[in-house]
Amino acid sequence: MAYPTDRKYTKQHEWIQVNGTTGTIGITDYAQQSLGDIVFVELPKVGAELTAGKPFGTVESVKAVSDLFAPASGKVTEVNADLSTSPEKVNKDAHGSWMMKITLKNPSELDKLLFAEDYEKFVAEEAGH
Amino acid sequence: MSSVEATPAVRKTALNAVHRRMGAKMVDFNGWDMPVEYPSSLGCGIIAEHMAVRTGVGIFDVSHMGDIRLAGPQAPAAVQHISMNDASRLAVGQAQYSALLYPEGTFVDDVIVHRLGQDEYLLVINAGTREKDFSWVRDNTRQFDCAVENLSDDFTQIAIQGPKGVNLLQKLTDADLSAIKFYWVTRGTLCGLKNILMGRTGYTAEDGFEIYIPADERTSARVWNEILAAGKEFGVVPCGLGARNTLRLEGKLPLYGHEISDTINVWEAGLDRFCKMEKPEFIGRAALEKAKAAGIKRILVGLEMTERGIARDGYKVLDEGGREIGYVTSGSPAPFLKKNIALAYVPPEFAAVGTAVKADIRGQGVGAVVVPTPFYKRPKKTA
Repeated sequence: MAYPTDRKYTKQHEWIQVNGTTGTIGITDYAQQSLGDIVFVELPKVGAELTAGKPFGTVESVKAVSDLFAPASGKVTEVNADLSTSPEKVNKDAHGSWMMKITLKNPSELDKLLFAEDYEKFVAEEAGH
Repeated sequence: MSSVEATPAVRKTALNAVHRRMGAKMVDFNGWDMPVEYPSSLGCGIIAEHMAVRTGVGIFDVSHMGDIRLAGPQAPAAVQHISMNDASRLAVGQAQYSALLYPEGTFVDDVIVHRLGQDEYLLVINAGTREKDFSWVRDNTRQFDCAVENLSDDFTQIAIQGPKGVNLLQKLTDADLSAIKFYWVTRGTLCGLKNILMGRTGYTAEDGFEIYIPADERTSARVWNEILAAGKEFGVVPCGLGARNTLRLEGKLPLYGHEISDTINVWEAGLDRFCKMEKPEFIGRAALEKAKAAGIKRILVGLEMTERGIARDGYKVLDEGGREIGYVTSGSPAPFLKKNIALAYVPPEFAAVGTAVKADIRGQGVGAVVVPTPFYKRPKKTA
């Protein structure tokens, strides 16, 4: 899997794509693959404040519940309502299925996140035992 | 990062390499390295595997299950003593669902008892309780003239499950499978192997067979692959423990450590019809008699979520006012029924169908209702 280079990644397997002060957030292909069939995505409401590194929602597969962690701090401006009725879209296209958009509070937080190349190495190690 | 090979505690079935080659996602299940699901590139994943078993056919490696053979002149009496169902009612070639009980009337394990001969029985037991079960059976049958053998490592056990399972297996054996009724066994040549035991049993609430072949890796891999090849026309898929769990949950089939355990008794688990109190004696009987007279404090019920959310294993069950009344033993989305369902222990006053309760999902009370079980019952064959 080639990870898009237009965004950055967390070690908890979220991605964030930045456009000006807007960050668009989703989970990675590796995450959807480890979870299996996704049946439920629970996201915060518009207006909620996220703190970098803290849980902001959950994603559930048939088998498991996983917390979602905020890649950066900021206020939620938009939530992808499509995923509440069709959560399986995350399985089909994780990097195309954004979950929400936030207004970044502190864009320098992004410096700590992984580039595509480093994330790829990270998941190869995690998967390759 | 530790490698699987470096951990000797992990056990593998003879098909382990086959699962890995197919790209299965592997998990530790009671100390066994087992496939939880196969990759979407093979048309798999828990939901697809589940649906294949409900509508076509799927196959499972269930070699982690254990097998205990009891044989000898007093084998019938020994089996009667250690199991709660009435094994004397079994004809040769017939099987029954049963359980081994502690003197307290709680579960050592649930088992399928097969009567293979006049004085020969095969108990098929759970993976996580293999050693405990064998010791229990051996220690509690010493007074009988009967040999007890642990055959757990002798068999590769493959389950062929689903309405098309019979058609698939029939292509590979000379035994007339149409003559085998549900919960009966036969022997025949299968994939060139002579005298293979085949039972019309399973853990999916669907029609199907379980076969017992020699446990060497080469034979196991050959038969597994021949079944997959023969099943192509029926759309067969390999299935992992994930689908096995959702399938058995839809059918309300208990899982040891969840619906049944050493602290749960037969009446609580609702397994009355498999417990024959008219038998004069079996381990656990006296305690069960007392427990029945005393009345039960909790009972297993089926729940269906009425609000958005999935009640998972171990979550609390609350009354409508938010007071804790019980807990979920197994909970999951039900892929065939397309509902979120759960099994839970609640006090009898909350057990009536239609009773509204809540599941505590990460601190929030989410609506659920008591529904009839099993959630899923397979359609009767019309032919």
